[in-house]
Amino acid sequence: MSEVLSWTLHVAVALVAAPLQLGIINKTKAWFAGRIGPPVLQPYYDLIKLAQKDSVFSTTTTWVFRLGPVVSLVTALFAVLLIPLGTASAPVSFTGDLVLLAYLFALGRFFTVSAALDTGSAFEGMGAAREVTFACFAEPAFFLGMLVLAKLSGSLRLVDMLGTSATSHWGVASASLVLVLLSWFIVLLAENCRIPFDDPNTHLELTMIHEVMVLDHSGPAFGMILYGAALKLFVFAALIVRLVLPTSTGMPALDWAIFLAGVAAVSLAVGVVESVMARLRLVHIPTLLVAACLLSAFGVILTMR
Amino acid sequence: MSEQLVLAAIAIVAVSGVVGLAFSRSSAAGQYVATALASVGSVVGIAGLVAFWMFSSSRPIDYPWSVPGGEFAVAVDGLSAIFLLPVFLVSLLGNIYGLEYWAQAAHPENGRKLRLFYGLVTAGMALLVVARNSLLFLVGWEIMALAAFFLVTTEDHDREVREAGWVYLACTHTATLCLFALFALLRSAVGSFSLTSIPAEAVTGTFETAVFALAVLGFGLKAGVMPLHLWLPGAHAMAPSHVSALMSGVLIKMGIYGLVRVTSLFPHPPVAWGAVLLGLGIVSGVLGVAYALGQHDLKRLLAYHSVENIGIIVMGLGLALMGRSLNRYDWIVLGLCGALLHVWNHALFKSLLFLSAGSVIHATHTREIDHLGGLAKRMPATAGLFLIGAVAICGLPPLNGFVSEFLLFLGFFSTFLKSAQPAYGSIAFAATTLALIGALAVACFVKVFATVFLGTARSTHSDQARESTYAMLGPMAVLAACCLTIGLAPQGLPLVLDRGVNAWAPEIGAQLPRLAEVAPLSSLGAMAVALVVAILVGSVALGIRLRATAVSATNTWSCAYMQPTPRMQYTSSSFAQMLVSLLAQVLLPITNRPRINTLFPASTRFSSEVPDAVLDRGVLPAFRLAAWLMSRLRVLQHGSIQLYLLYVFATLLWLLLWK
Repeated sequence: MSEVLSWTLHVAVALVAAPLQLGIINKTKAWFAGRIGPPVLQPYYDLIKLAQKDSVFSTTTTWVFRLGPVVSLVTALFAVLLIPLGTASAPVSFTGDLVLLAYLFALGRFFTVSAALDTGSAFEGMGAAREVTFACFAEPAFFLGMLVLAKLSGSLRLVDMLGTSATSHWGVASASLVLVLLSWFIVLLAENCRIPFDDPNTHLELTMIHEVMVLDHSGPAFGMILYGAALKLFVFAALIVRLVLPTSTGMPALDWAIFLAGVAAVSLAVGVVESVMARLRLVHIPTLLVAACLLSAFGVILTMR
Repeated sequence: MSEQLVLAAIAIVAVSGVVGLAFSRSSAAGQYVATALASVGSVVGIAGLVAFWMFSSSRPIDYPWSVPGGEFAVAVDGLSAIFLLPVFLVSLLGNIYGLEYWAQAAHPENGRKLRLFYGLVTAGMALLVVARNSLLFLVGWEIMALAAFFLVTTEDHDREVREAGWVYLACTHTATLCLFALFALLRSAVGSFSLTSIPAEAVTGTFETAVFALAVLGFGLKAGVMPLHLWLPGAHAMAPSHVSALMSGVLIKMGIYGLVRVTSLFPHPPVAWGAVLLGLGIVSGVLGVAYALGQHDLKRLLAYHSVENIGIIVMGLGLALMGRSLNRYDWIVLGLCGALLHVWNHALFKSLLFLSAGSVIHATHTREIDHLGGLAKRMPATAGLFLIGAVAICGLPPLNGFVSEFLLFLGFFSTFLKSAQPAYGSIAFAATTLALIGALAVACFVKVFATVFLGTARSTHSDQARESTYAMLGPMAVLAACCLTIGLAPQGLPLVLDRGVNAWAPEIGAQLPRLAEVAPLSSLGAMAVALVVAILVGSVALGIRLRATAVSATNTWSCAYMQPTPRMQYTSSSFAQMLVSLLAQVLLPITNRPRINTLFPASTRFSSEVPDAVLDRGVLPAFRLAAWLMSRLRVLQHGSIQLYLLYVFATLLWLLLWK
């Protein structure tokens, strides 16, 4: 019974807290720019509004265009089930679940990109091509980081790799973990299309990645995309928080508080990066992503002694 | 019992096309007789395999055979059975598909020939897989190799087809030559041509190295491992699509079968064997998908993906071999099960993709991806089935490709986990390569699916396309259902895979862990089912919401430009341009870029292609040079008999003086 309760809490926190991150990021950027900015809860208002809005579909599109938002939201939801959040447990856990986590996002990407190309628009084609190109660097970086955690924890379950025993790893392999942290933060920015990879707020279709792929989506379907993106950001933030703060105080309430504070801190960090950096030129993005791979690869080599 | 059924199947399938020769070229009756016979044969063969798995009804057969040193020794074991099932299944479905795709009425000049060799190639493959004598193996191998040559050159009036056929023929003969040497070597160690485990006292360092080098060369040429893949893209592209499906799905796996069988004969292989195969697998996997990205011929692209998937299979085999050398039983189970399952999976989804591609080609008469587009509206069933194949080949959940890649990921991760010797920890980097291959495959298949089926038609080819009939869609649907079944219920696989592993390493069979103990197959199955259900629920929910709100239709957004044309869409080449240019150091793409230097330039063309490095840049120039050098010798050849008599006299004189 308590298990069911804790799983419900797990899912509920993710579902409720995910959009808040976008609010925090935007508020941070507003502070840096000296503006008041939209309210922190603005993403929730947007989602509610979108769910009630009418839709416009391009006559070019087929069922693939409608399937895209559904798959991207469902895969993000399933990813939430796999990762430990406030406590070192997850509703679904089995040996090798980290592979499923990575491949769920790949499945979401497959359909998001296909939906984008379904419109027959060159803008959306550009975004789609960029998305799949950059993923080719982000995925190896993610797996290299996972290799470090697998070596340190001696397990292939996310709940162990990012579980309470992980605290001791900081004592023995802090150098590796710092490298993985840096690498994964870059992956977080790339996978969630934040600056310096992509500017979610730009108005220029020619330079966008994620936003340009969903130009033609509207109404409830667009709401699903937005919510799926928020959940994806939440999952990546959770990975980083569990990497840095795999603590267990014995009091679940405190654990959750620490975790949520961590997620807020990651959002803040994303907001700061977005405020102090400009978007990179597209040709330089692969270089940064290769750097992310190499950081993790050095982390792996450091654990190989 | 299984052996008898399989042999009966081989006999029926082999003669299936012969009867058709008696009918006139314009008569459709021949194709139905041939297909009926081939189907009966395949079903009998599949029944034999089911009997093997369900009732363990294997009784090796050993008939006397008049060939010196040869025995008609036939047996079905765990490995043979795994490789036999795709042979019969894909052949059965391909035959049915061919009724419509290559109807006798539409192809009176080569329909009968195609059916004759389709049966023979199937029979040859089945024979070599069950053979337990290397001479019998070679008989099956050559029947397969030569029948495949006639299948590739079905349309031999076309120069390109003939050239692809010659390249294939040269490669397959080279492979056979290696196999002659390989089996002669094995005979010197065992004392007979029977394929049995090599006794430890016969194994020396040079012997091992020679056997391995010959096996990799001979079987690697057939399988299409990266530097040896030169025949593969051309042959797959030029053959009729259901032939490509059989070749890519099944025939190249015979090379893998050979590698698996020969390595199974060595209880203590050197670690280098596994390392070499792992390296070759990585090269094939990454470069195969990289070359695929640069292609814009639908079937050449799929052919390069075969190279990629062969690479993944070889990576798994390499891991299993290293496990056998280092006594790491979990590596053996995960690596070999991953490889063997990927043999099945690739047979299923690649045949599905080739048959769907054939459906597209049948309807549009072009293989050029950039001439297609918007087919999802005109051919919805083909589009849906191609999508299933595309998701499966990318190794994405909830389909079958994910299960085999998952096993390999688990295997590579576990080498890092408890590795006693840190030197072998670097094997774990193979997991990263597998992730890279997966991401590149997603890029490539999104490109194909979207360019062919989504957006709007880029030419009149696809504008007037019509959906294929059930004779073609039915076999594709069966393959798609198989992909889905393995993805949703992988719990049933240990029944098949554990026997395969035991047959590969019989001497340690009892100590090996079961697959179900090392891999969470039931969790994977449950998650896959849940994922499918969730996607269905989500789609219904979105549908209900869209019904409740107003939905209107308009043009695609083009910055308020209201007259978008199909030519404004991203093409497959533009989609892949970024990745191809990042990989330009390896792929060496050729682009013909117009130079614009006037204010009002005339209309001009841009084109880009990625030629094959091995064939177009290596082998063909080398052979041209060799042919030129040989042509220098022609001065000796005047055609006058007197001169030739002088040569003979001079030679005799020289021999006499020399002695």
